[in-house]
Amino acid sequence: MAAALDAGETTSVALTQAHLDRISAVDGAVHAFLHVDAEGALAQAAASDARRSAGQVASPLDGVPIAVKDVLATDGLPTTCGSKILEGWVPPYDATVVRRLRAAGLPILGKTNMDEFAMGSSTEHSAYGPTHNPWDLGRIPGGSGGGSAAAVSAYEAPLALGTDTGGSIRQPAAVTGSVGVKPTYGGVSRYGLVALANSLDQVGPVTRTVLDSAILHELIGGHDPLDSTSIDAPVGGLVAAARQGAQGDLSGVRIGVITELSGDGWQDGVMARFTEAVDALVGAGAEVVEVSCPHFVHALATYYLILPAEASSNLAKFDAMRYGLRVWPEGDAPSAEEVMKATREAGFGDEVKRRIILGTYALSSGYYDAYYGTAQKVRTLISRDFEAAFEQADVLLSPTAPTTAFPLGAKLDDPLAMYLNDLATIPANLAGVPGISVPSGLADEDGLPAGLQILAPALADDRCYRVGAAAEALLAEQWGGLLLDRAPSLDGGADGEAVSA
Amino acid sequence: MPEISRDEVAHLADLARIDLTAEELDHLAPQLSVILESVASISGVAGADVPPTSHALPLTNVFRDDVVTPSLTPEQALSGAPEVESQRFSVPRILGDEQ
Repeated sequence: MAAALDAGETTSVALTQAHLDRISAVDGAVHAFLHVDAEGALAQAAASDARRSAGQVASPLDGVPIAVKDVLATDGLPTTCGSKILEGWVPPYDATVVRRLRAAGLPILGKTNMDEFAMGSSTEHSAYGPTHNPWDLGRIPGGSGGGSAAAVSAYEAPLALGTDTGGSIRQPAAVTGSVGVKPTYGGVSRYGLVALANSLDQVGPVTRTVLDSAILHELIGGHDPLDSTSIDAPVGGLVAAARQGAQGDLSGVRIGVITELSGDGWQDGVMARFTEAVDALVGAGAEVVEVSCPHFVHALATYYLILPAEASSNLAKFDAMRYGLRVWPEGDAPSAEEVMKATREAGFGDEVKRRIILGTYALSSGYYDAYYGTAQKVRTLISRDFEAAFEQADVLLSPTAPTTAFPLGAKLDDPLAMYLNDLATIPANLAGVPGISVPSGLADEDGLPAGLQILAPALADDRCYRVGAAAEALLAEQWGGLLLDRAPSLDGGADGEAVSA
Repeated sequence: MPEISRDEVAHLADLARIDLTAEELDHLAPQLSVILESVASISGVAGADVPPTSHALPLTNVFRDDVVTPSLTPEQALSGAPEVESQRFSVPRILGDEQ
C-alpha cells in the first residue's frame, strides 16, 4: 500500500475510507473493534495526502492506516482495556508508540478488542463481548490481542499494534493466519501501555507480512526516556533482515527445534505444518539441531505465579478515586475503602478477579518464598536454558500454539485449560527474548491456521525477521500465495487477495 | 496439596479490596485450588543456590536531570476523575466511624 501511495495510484483518504467501509461491512460479525474513529482517521489521512503532495512524506508508512489495541493510551480516544472499570475513560495523553504512529503519519482507525486487561487467550474475557475468528466465526481469535489479529486477518486494517505478556501477540497471529512479533523486552517503549505485568509486557506489530512487521517495528521501536526499562540502543536492520530472508537463502544459519515444545497435547495438524516449515528452512540451507530446554516444562507454572503477583499490584490503581468507574455501595456515607471494594466488584470480570486473588495469595507473607520466590528462581533457570540453547543455534523454533482456534466457550469454565494455550510463547516473555509467529499453513483436521514461532537472543530481533521472512517466502511459493489469500471473504464476495502494507 | 478454602478466598478478596458475592466465592475457591495445585509443581525445581530473576534486563536505577519538563495541566489530570472539587480529586470519607 505504501508503494501504491508513493506511485500516486491511490491516496491515504481512499485507503482509509476503504478500510472504514470494510469495518462497516464485516465488523458486526467479527467484532474486532471497540471504538472506530472514522472522522479522526480521515482527517489524519487528508493531512498525509497533503504532506505527500508537498513532497514531505513523514515515514515509509505515511498514510497507511492502523488499528491499536485498546490497552494503549490514545489522547482523545476512549481506552478501556476491555474492562468496565475504564468504560468511557479518555486518556489525556498518548502512549509513546501511539505518538510515534501519529508522527509517522499513520491514520488510526480505532481501538481493538482484547481480554480484560490482557488476561486471557481467547478475547472472551472482554467486558464488551468476544471477537470472532475471521476464519470461522464460531471460534476464538486468540488472545489477549484477538481484536488486533482479527482486524488484520479480516482486512479491516492493514496493520495493528498489539501487546505480548505471555503470547498475546503471537498466539492470536498463529490462529488467525497473520504475522505477530514480540520484540526484545525493552526494545519498544511501554509508556502509556496499561501494565499487566511490567517485567513481561512488550508492545509489537501485528501484520499480514513479515516485511510489514519489520517496517512497523522500526517505526515504534527505540529508546524512550519516559520508560525506565527502555533499552538505550538504536533499533535497526530489521527491514534489511526481512528483505534478506525473503531471498530464501539461509546458508550458515543454525536453527534449533525445542524438544520440550512438542508431544502430548500438541495437535497433529499443527505439528505436521511445523515439520514442513522446518523442512522448507533446511531446504534453504539452514542447519537444524534439536535442542533441549529442560525447564520450559515449568514455564507455565512460573508465569502464573509471577504474572498474577505483578498484576495484583498493578491493578491496585483502579481504586475509584482518580479515574474510571466509581460505584457507591448501599448505606449511609460509605468510606473510600467500601467504595473501592464495590467498584472493583462491579468493574472487574471473573478472570481479573481470579488473577488478583491468586497474586495476592502468592505475595502473602508465609507463601511469598514458596510461590513468588521460587518462581523467580525458576525464571533464572529458564533464562539459562535459553543461553545454553543459543550456543547451539542462532534461532529456536516451535509451533506458536499447541492447537488451532477452538470454539468460543469451549474453555471458558476451565482456566487451567485456557492457560495451556500459551505454553510455547511464555518462555520468551520470562527471559525477555524476541519472537515472531508466521503462518505455517492449515491443519488437516479442521482447515484452520497454525503458526511457526521463531525465537532469537535478546537484541537479535533481526534474526526473527530474517528466518521469518524466509519461511514466509518459501511456504508462499509452495502454496502459490500467502495463507491469508485463502481466508473466507466474510461479505459473501470472492476471497480476498492479500495486500501488504 | 495446597488448597484455598472459601474463607481464605474471602480474606484475600478483602485484602485486594474486592467485594466478592457468595456465588463468586463458591466458584472461585475450587478454581483457585486447581490452579494452585498446578503452579505448586515448581516447588523444589530450583536449588537454594539459584539466584532469583525479577526482571529480564540487568537493570540499574535510571535517573534523569532534575529539570521541569512539560506535563499534564490540572484540567487534563482531573479529566477522568469520577468527581472533582476545587481543582482536586473528590473522594469518599477516608476515616471510619470509630476513628
